[in-house]
Amino acid sequence: MALLDVKNLSISFGGLRAVDSFQLTIEQGELYGLIGPNGAGKTTVFNLLTGVYKPTEGIILLDGKNITGHKTAQINHEGIARTFQNIRLFKEMSVLDNVKAGLHQHYKYSTVAGIFRLPGYYRTEKKMNARAMELLSVFDLDKEADYLASNLPYGKQRKLEIARALATEPKLLLLDEPAAGMNPNETQELMDTIRFVRKEFGMTILLIEHDMRLVSGICEKLTVLNFGRILAQGETSAVLKDKEVITAYLGE
Amino acid sequence: MWKKLNKNTRKNAVTYLMLIAAYLIMSVLQKGGHLSNLISGMLVLLCVYAIMAVSLNLTVGVLGELSLGHAGFMCVGAFSSALFTQLTMNTGMNAGLRFFIAILTGIVVAAVFGILIGIPVLRLRGDYLAIVTLAFGEIIKNLCNVLFLGKDSNGIHVSMKDTMSLGMEADGIVIINGPQGITRTPKQATFFIGMLILLISLIIVLNLVHSRTGRAIMAIRDNRIAAESVGINVTKYKLLAFTVSAAIAGAAGALYAHNTSSLMATSAKFGYNMSIMFLVFVVLGGIGNMRGGVIAAVLLTVLPEVLRFADDKRMLIYAVVLILAMLWNWTPAARTFREKHSIRRMLAGRAGRQQKESGEAAATNKKEEM
Amino acid sequence: MRFLASLINGISLGSVYAIIALGYTMVYGIAKMLNFAHGDVIMVGAYAAFVMLNQIGLPVYVAIPVSMVVCTVLGLVIERFAYRPLRKAASPLAVLITAIGVSYLLQNLALLIFGANTRSFSSVVHLKSLRLFDGGIIITGEMIVNAVVCVAIMAGLTLFVNKTKQGQAMRAVSEDKGAAQLMGINANGTIALTFAIGAALAAVAGVLMCSSYPALTPYTGAMPGIKAFVAAVFGGIGSIPGAFIGGILLGVIEVLGKSYISSQLGDAIVFSVLIIVLLVKPTGILGKNIQEKV
Repeated sequence: MALLDVKNLSISFGGLRAVDSFQLTIEQGELYGLIGPNGAGKTTVFNLLTGVYKPTEGIILLDGKNITGHKTAQINHEGIARTFQNIRLFKEMSVLDNVKAGLHQHYKYSTVAGIFRLPGYYRTEKKMNARAMELLSVFDLDKEADYLASNLPYGKQRKLEIARALATEPKLLLLDEPAAGMNPNETQELMDTIRFVRKEFGMTILLIEHDMRLVSGICEKLTVLNFGRILAQGETSAVLKDKEVITAYLGE
Repeated sequence: MWKKLNKNTRKNAVTYLMLIAAYLIMSVLQKGGHLSNLISGMLVLLCVYAIMAVSLNLTVGVLGELSLGHAGFMCVGAFSSALFTQLTMNTGMNAGLRFFIAILTGIVVAAVFGILIGIPVLRLRGDYLAIVTLAFGEIIKNLCNVLFLGKDSNGIHVSMKDTMSLGMEADGIVIINGPQGITRTPKQATFFIGMLILLISLIIVLNLVHSRTGRAIMAIRDNRIAAESVGINVTKYKLLAFTVSAAIAGAAGALYAHNTSSLMATSAKFGYNMSIMFLVFVVLGGIGNMRGGVIAAVLLTVLPEVLRFADDKRMLIYAVVLILAMLWNWTPAARTFREKHSIRRMLAGRAGRQQKESGEAAATNKKEEM
Repeated sequence: MRFLASLINGISLGSVYAIIALGYTMVYGIAKMLNFAHGDVIMVGAYAAFVMLNQIGLPVYVAIPVSMVVCTVLGLVIERFAYRPLRKAASPLAVLITAIGVSYLLQNLALLIFGANTRSFSSVVHLKSLRLFDGGIIITGEMIVNAVVCVAIMAGLTLFVNKTKQGQAMRAVSEDKGAAQLMGINANGTIALTFAIGAALAAVAGVLMCSSYPALTPYTGAMPGIKAFVAAVFGGIGSIPGAFIGGILLGVIEVLGKSYISSQLGDAIVFSVLIIVLLVKPTGILGKNIQEKV
């Protein structure tokens, strides 16, 4: 059974079909790329998958379970985590607390235990700190744990977002243009990180990307969107040779 | 990491110790007769205002929503606790126990109002939320002014018209008398109890902030959409913060009610002007800074009295202070300036890490570059 | 008869709310901020007119334009020095809290200059009252003027926003400030112009309000200001006809509520309207739905 199975997904905004009959099947452990020109509807697909928008039509199955129309927080509990194109960190919180906020669902103690500092508070906080530091060190952020998130340089902010998403222990990780605004060196480093995350966490990843080098370098499969419709879908090498894709996306 | 935990704990401990020291000093001075009547008479009121600053700071600083109706929660706490005291006055209940339950009544009733008002209000954002809290505050005040309640041998009578329509027996006594409010509530609030409630409120709020719940609340404040994306239930935590904030305001109201012989829901005491005065405390003390809010509440109440400012000048100063504090704290240019001329930076030779201001300035700069 | 009289009173009060709400809605639509001090600009306009009419003895046709100029300048100064520096601030609360500060500053400056005493504002309207049904219903000159001025202002603003270049710039800035700037529109200038128009309208509202309800104090503007915001939200914030409809309806609801439910609960009724509108239809009667970008 596929990890993610999306059938006939559509959404309209005021008559305009932003995403039209979108199909997607991702197997456990795959690294999948979603590409397309600006305004093709890529981020809209992410917003549909994470429940930010409710689809007009279609169904989304995660691990065989229908999650269509569920709320964002609920979908995260069910196993999808994401990053954002325009970074959305908890800016006024420390780097460590950003990740600990990601641990919210899996390391619990009651509000009362927190206020009155009952034993559960100390026990769980200790575990949370350990887990959060572990995740931070994967992304080489452990030394900056006490920094305010907004004090991090741009590239590290992107990494922190990935770390926070992983803290929620997802089955599927959605990365929205992780290399946006990065220089070639940083992009290279990011590719290594993504590969590492996949191996280390056995993570299934769907990523939106503009940087063709990154896409062709790490994704096994691609879906190309144009004007909300699927233009091509399949193995990366095949898709990149597709004539229509070259015309629409590479603008030749 | 442990260093960080200790740092928060240390900072909070300093706050608590400052409060205890302030209590001891004032008590000694008072015993020795070194306090003027003016200051002596203000001690409980200072506690009330400081508790309100803590309460509002939870909503504004931690939850990140502007409430202009917090005086309404205080009003609810004041009236419900005073009502409890009046109803149980001649039942032979121990006065101390009665006062304790009266405070609890104020807290619980205000918390219930917090939930009832929070459910609709917290769906709104920003300006709308602020103006609707103002609306609720004014409605509460208005309703208190048309409420009549009396007790006779048949039980309790309530009316929204006048004392006559309560239809009481000859032995009946009017407890809530419309615009005249509740009179002759015993003045049981002392400086000690005021400081105790303030201390407990601070401990609750500071512990809450540095816990899983507090992180969820602040995550929502910093970025609602990202908070949802990591599985945080936005409605639940917003409502929780708002309710705790309302409950603390209810405690302040209960304290206030037992410090005045005539409790009236006038605009001057429970109108939105009061809510805005509490906001001034919070802004001047530093939004989200609990200790700062308490200090600001005390200074902004005591100084004008000691310096014998007329009431109109006091409000004028509040207004100027509010505008300047906002411009100084939030104008991008002022932030860059502070970043460059920060004393700590001069001392350390580089921007102190983890310094809130520099982080915000850096964020603003980045935004402009992009 | 009582209903009809209340209705007419309500329309008159509502006309005043509508004029204030027009200023609110324009500023909110374009600068995306709740100008809490708008009501106090009304008060300043009324005091300016009061000084000229009752103390200096200038004629009405001088006093009203001058008080409009006073308010316009005030509006521009507030925008330039208190609001503009905060437009790029990270916190959306910053500018609202500052606006509250400005509101208090104006009130307390007025208190310092004019004192707390209630001044009796003499009406600028010298029309005879209409007596209908043998005096059962009286329509005063002020009521007629309020309604006429209100309709005229709404029509004028609608024309201005739709037909002039500055009006188009306003609409562009309100839709998308960044894009408007890329198209060469001076966004700061456009926002300042909006504040100027709003403040000038506030002066008119101040004079009319104090002609109908002659008690003038430093706090005269505060509550009508907040209620006019309610009216603007009711009609759909950012919409000019919406502010008009919202203002009239709110005035009618307030007067009918006072007369049929409880005279002491007038404010509570108005605020309940706000709460109900925001819960049932947050975009108001004529407002547009705006979705947050992710």
